[in-house]
Amino acid sequence: MSTRTYAEHALPLWRRVLLTREFAVIGLLIVIALYARSEVANFDGPLTLPFLLLDMTPILLIALPMTMVIVTGEIDLSVASVVGLSSVVVGDLHQTGWSIPAAAVAALVVGVICGAFNGFLVAYVGLPSLAVTIGTLALYRGIAVGILGTKAVTDFPSKWTELASRNIGSSGFPVVMIPFLLLAVMFALLLHFTSFGRGVFDIGLNDEAARFSGVDVARTKFRLFVLAGVVSAFAGIFYTLRYGSSRGDNATGLELQVIAAVLLGGVSIFGGRGALHGVIAGVLLIGVISSALRLENVTVNLINIIIGLLLVLSVVSTSFLAWVSELSQKSGVIKRGRQNRQAPPANAEPRRRRQKKEKQ
Amino acid sequence: MKFNKKKATALAAVLASVALVASACGGSDSKSGSTKPGDATTVTFLPKNLGNPYFDTSDKGGAAAVKEFGGTYAQVGPQDASPDAQVPFINTVAQQGIKALVISANDPKAIGSALNQARKAGTKVVTFDSDTDPQYRDLFVNQASAEGIAKVQVEMIAKQIGDKGDIAILSAAANATNQNAWIKLMEADLKANHPNIKLVATVYGNDDDQTSFDKTSALLQEYPTLKGIVSPTTVGIAAAARYISTSSFKGKVAVTGLGTPNQMRKYVEDGTVTEFALWNPADLGYLAAFAAKALVDGAITGKEGDKFKAGKLGEYTVGADNTVLLGDPFKFNKANIATFNF
Repeated sequence: MSTRTYAEHALPLWRRVLLTREFAVIGLLIVIALYARSEVANFDGPLTLPFLLLDMTPILLIALPMTMVIVTGEIDLSVASVVGLSSVVVGDLHQTGWSIPAAAVAALVVGVICGAFNGFLVAYVGLPSLAVTIGTLALYRGIAVGILGTKAVTDFPSKWTELASRNIGSSGFPVVMIPFLLLAVMFALLLHFTSFGRGVFDIGLNDEAARFSGVDVARTKFRLFVLAGVVSAFAGIFYTLRYGSSRGDNATGLELQVIAAVLLGGVSIFGGRGALHGVIAGVLLIGVISSALRLENVTVNLINIIIGLLLVLSVVSTSFLAWVSELSQKSGVIKRGRQNRQAPPANAEPRRRRQKKEKQ
Repeated sequence: MKFNKKKATALAAVLASVALVASACGGSDSKSGSTKPGDATTVTFLPKNLGNPYFDTSDKGGAAAVKEFGGTYAQVGPQDASPDAQVPFINTVAQQGIKALVISANDPKAIGSALNQARKAGTKVVTFDSDTDPQYRDLFVNQASAEGIAKVQVEMIAKQIGDKGDIAILSAAANATNQNAWIKLMEADLKANHPNIKLVATVYGNDDDQTSFDKTSALLQEYPTLKGIVSPTTVGIAAAARYISTSSFKGKVAVTGLGTPNQMRKYVEDGTVTEFALWNPADLGYLAAFAAKALVDGAITGKEGDKFKAGKLGEYTVGADNTVLLGDPFKFNKANIATFNF
């Protein structure tokens, strides 16, 4: 690989590592976690970490593929319905005598099918993912509720339900963190260290340019939706076993929490920008805040208001920072070389959107 | 080279976030003991959902009881009445080391493992209003028995029609388990103790307002001699009262059954309904709080035959299946309805 460097224009490595949106989120997470440890009664108790991680696991899991989907500039709103459908498949098959592993495999297959259907409509038919996945959000949820009705399957073997909420040995880490960490490493490698991942970013920045530079845009998007489907189905299996309950309305509204966490973690809703460590920190940040507020007996409405405000602030701050950096570039405070290296400012993105539309 | 640096950045970031999770959250319990509330009996109420007037009333009763015995009261709960939404709150109670949790369960089984975890952490679990499977709680405070509900409804209708004449029942769905059990008991009671009352029909409004309204209309056309309608469901009684209050049958045909004060207030005030019944949620919460206190104090363990005092409600005895019965349903009429808001 021939390498060319622009060392004279680049910022020092430490600045590029630390002065990022992702590290701002990580920093905020550390500050709030430390604050909660010292100020919130019982936050430093031995039960806090396992419960926090268990609560956030479905969001952590689905945030991985959701990050990649959003980086391409698409969105998948049907993930929570896939969780619900997968939960119902596990419950219904278990009821008819299937073992849990067999039912789980069936649920994963259902997840693949759901994701493939989304992906086919978005990537190959060329429909907007917002419209497609609003449709399948209703469709998959409808099927889930249709299969079980208002019933709930709750007689899961305790061997499996205990596994879903057990910790690794006497540590504070739930067993389910093992598959999560494996998936997180896999997704991080895929997004940040492979040509497939670079293609994902290229599509998000400009899918025409990506196509001309040799990225198979349709196939990439299709695969991402399939990944979203299968990971959501896995989250559904976990959800079912953790709560010991298979219901058609399981995880309703989870998609908004996932997307909120992904955006909070620094992924641009317009595509082309984001990193998984920021997203994971974003999910944990929401988890720490909710957990601390619950320990303070703050009502659930207020918790939602605070997290909603945080999200709005985080989105606004991105635009604000972009505006500031543009201003400072205009005034020539910052060297020209830096501009080339940076992600496009937020106000450039609607323009790119417009160009896309004109082409269509 | 440029790309490699990016790699390094991302790698460092992933490592940092993993390290962060391990360090920032993975703490020990070094000082949790000092932050726990002292010896006060801490009781947390966890209703099915917040913003529900029924639970606002019951939890107010609980708060009054906790205040009476000098404990610390809290109320938490989810927005939606689903079991998975209750679990984080049960977990929080375990983290806080709360002495007793009083909960109305959204699912008899799904919240079981969370409740067991809380009990392992030393929290006594009392269910009220809606029970879990018995192995997940220490005590269930039952609002009413089927016998009590059947008895009070027969009592009310007999009083209102002068213990003589034709009556009909407007029930929920034809296969509604609770309603059918009550109707069976009512039929037996009528036969044994009220020979002059004749039950001419049982119709089903499916707990749908319009259907119940239409069925009331049909009943009155078909049985001109009808003296009273008993509706053992809150939807049915409100629809029947609404029909009768605007018809010529007002004052001639009695309506009674199970209803909520907010739904029935209008009809009690305009004279369509003289008296109807339900349990008093405030008393239910009050009793649950005292039951929780008795468990925390070790005065009872929740087994059958245990006795405890519940403030103004007097003494209670634990029955079969670790259950305490609040008592006979509470009757609402013109004299007391203004004091209830649920």
